[in-house]
Amino acid sequence: MSMPFYVSPEQLMKDRADYARKGIARGRSVVVVAYDDGIAFATENPSRALHKVSEIYDRIAFAAVGKYNEFENLRVAGVRYADLRGYSYDRGDVNARGLANAYAQTLGTVFTTESKPLEVEIVVAEVGAEPGTDQIYRLSYDGSVTDEHGYVVMGGQAEQLGARLAEEWRAGMTLEEALGLAVRTLGAQAEGETRAIPAGQLEVAVLDRTRSRRAFRRLTGPLLEDLLDGA
Amino acid sequence: MTPDPYGRLPHAFTAAGSSSFVDFLAGYAPELLPGRRPLPAGAVPDSPHGTTIVALAFRGGVVVAGDRRATMGPTIASREIEKVFPADEFSAVGIAGSAGLALEMVRLFQLELEHYEKIEGALLSLDGKANRLATMIRGNLGLAMQGLAVVPLFAGFDLHRRVGRIFSYDVTGGRYEEHDHHSVGSGSVFARGSLKKLWHPGLGPQDGVRVAVEALYDAADDDSATGGPDTVRRIWPVVATVTEAGYLRVPEAELADVVDAVLAARRAQHAGSDTGRRVDGGDLR
Repeated sequence: MSMPFYVSPEQLMKDRADYARKGIARGRSVVVVAYDDGIAFATENPSRALHKVSEIYDRIAFAAVGKYNEFENLRVAGVRYADLRGYSYDRGDVNARGLANAYAQTLGTVFTTESKPLEVEIVVAEVGAEPGTDQIYRLSYDGSVTDEHGYVVMGGQAEQLGARLAEEWRAGMTLEEALGLAVRTLGAQAEGETRAIPAGQLEVAVLDRTRSRRAFRRLTGPLLEDLLDGA
Repeated sequence: MTPDPYGRLPHAFTAAGSSSFVDFLAGYAPELLPGRRPLPAGAVPDSPHGTTIVALAFRGGVVVAGDRRATMGPTIASREIEKVFPADEFSAVGIAGSAGLALEMVRLFQLELEHYEKIEGALLSLDGKANRLATMIRGNLGLAMQGLAVVPLFAGFDLHRRVGRIFSYDVTGGRYEEHDHHSVGSGSVFARGSLKKLWHPGLGPQDGVRVAVEALYDAADDDSATGGPDTVRRIWPVVATVTEAGYLRVPEAELADVVDAVLAARRAQHAGSDTGRRVDGGDLR
């Protein structure tokens, strides 16, 4: 007769965390950078249809790394959550904090109760009327939330890239400067020269506070090339 | 929202499949849908009703316009209600019928289109949008039978065919594509007569706006439930155009000029007729 092995809770959680972390580290990084008129998102993604950055609501965007089917599911849930809230109260009553909480609960519950944690890391960002009221929340696979200021890097080598960003980022950058910094960060390699990433291989979007209602906008094609050349 | 025992987002949120917000609501919170609420017994008391909407096609787009009156029986419930809205960037919807329900339905329809756009990352086709609206009207049939009918007029710019198109509906959700021009609501009989005479192929955007204002003026002339331009309070109809460049509400100042021109032309017409100079009847001299 076989007996089930005893596994300590510490070991169980550590195994799950390692598993999730490994899955996330395989993917390409996403960089989120605040600039004077909003928040910019950039990642290396040759696909034009499978997005890692998307619109959730008027002033709220979503960025993710990890397993596509898992974060796509969370993205759709976020759109439903935000639209339902805006419909039952008012558009102005939908905020990033509420959504970040709902995501945190979901990630946390899956991490502790299901056999496999979600291999995703998410940023929920909301652009305010002025830079001081911007909100950027970073959510991990285990449901932990951090309120970030100014910039975030997720995905493979997040720590090294984050350190690079920390050196160069400052408040009040223009969009050109912020995008230049984001793309340099994405192209950074452990050794040697920074890789130049062509505009066609990038997925770039902004939450632009100067737009009237829906702040989210994708930057592609010639517009993106001009912005990158200007940096 | 009913919380999950663990606090995570309920299953309905993460279920894969539907890109429709209305379908999501029908599954998760059906009481929020206008047509899904149980009806109490008895007759519905008087409530505000919206009146006349006109739409017409011009070269490269459509104009949708609505007067500003809502009536409740013989009373004017509002003289500045707005009944023409952007459904999304490339379409507009005007509503006649029970005002409260109609406004709720417009809000839901706008959300339905935006929800699809966010989830799919692409715009619905114009026919797709028109069909979604038909489904929503059909869901409202129970209320329509209680006297709370909503009759919309939907128009937009078809990005594939590159023309403006107009759709009308009946209370059972029937969807009919209209050519050139159409009107719904209590003053629509008179507005249609006016449109027939004034509309011609190859209208430009400015002429289109002018024809829409004339048609509403004619509707207000003969229908007590349609409001004419209010020159005292300076309340003009809501007029919007939808073209390749998207939805655009005609600015107040521009509309004031059009209304002034229409009124001046009518005044001149009237002064030239015999009835304009008649002084008998109530004259006490």
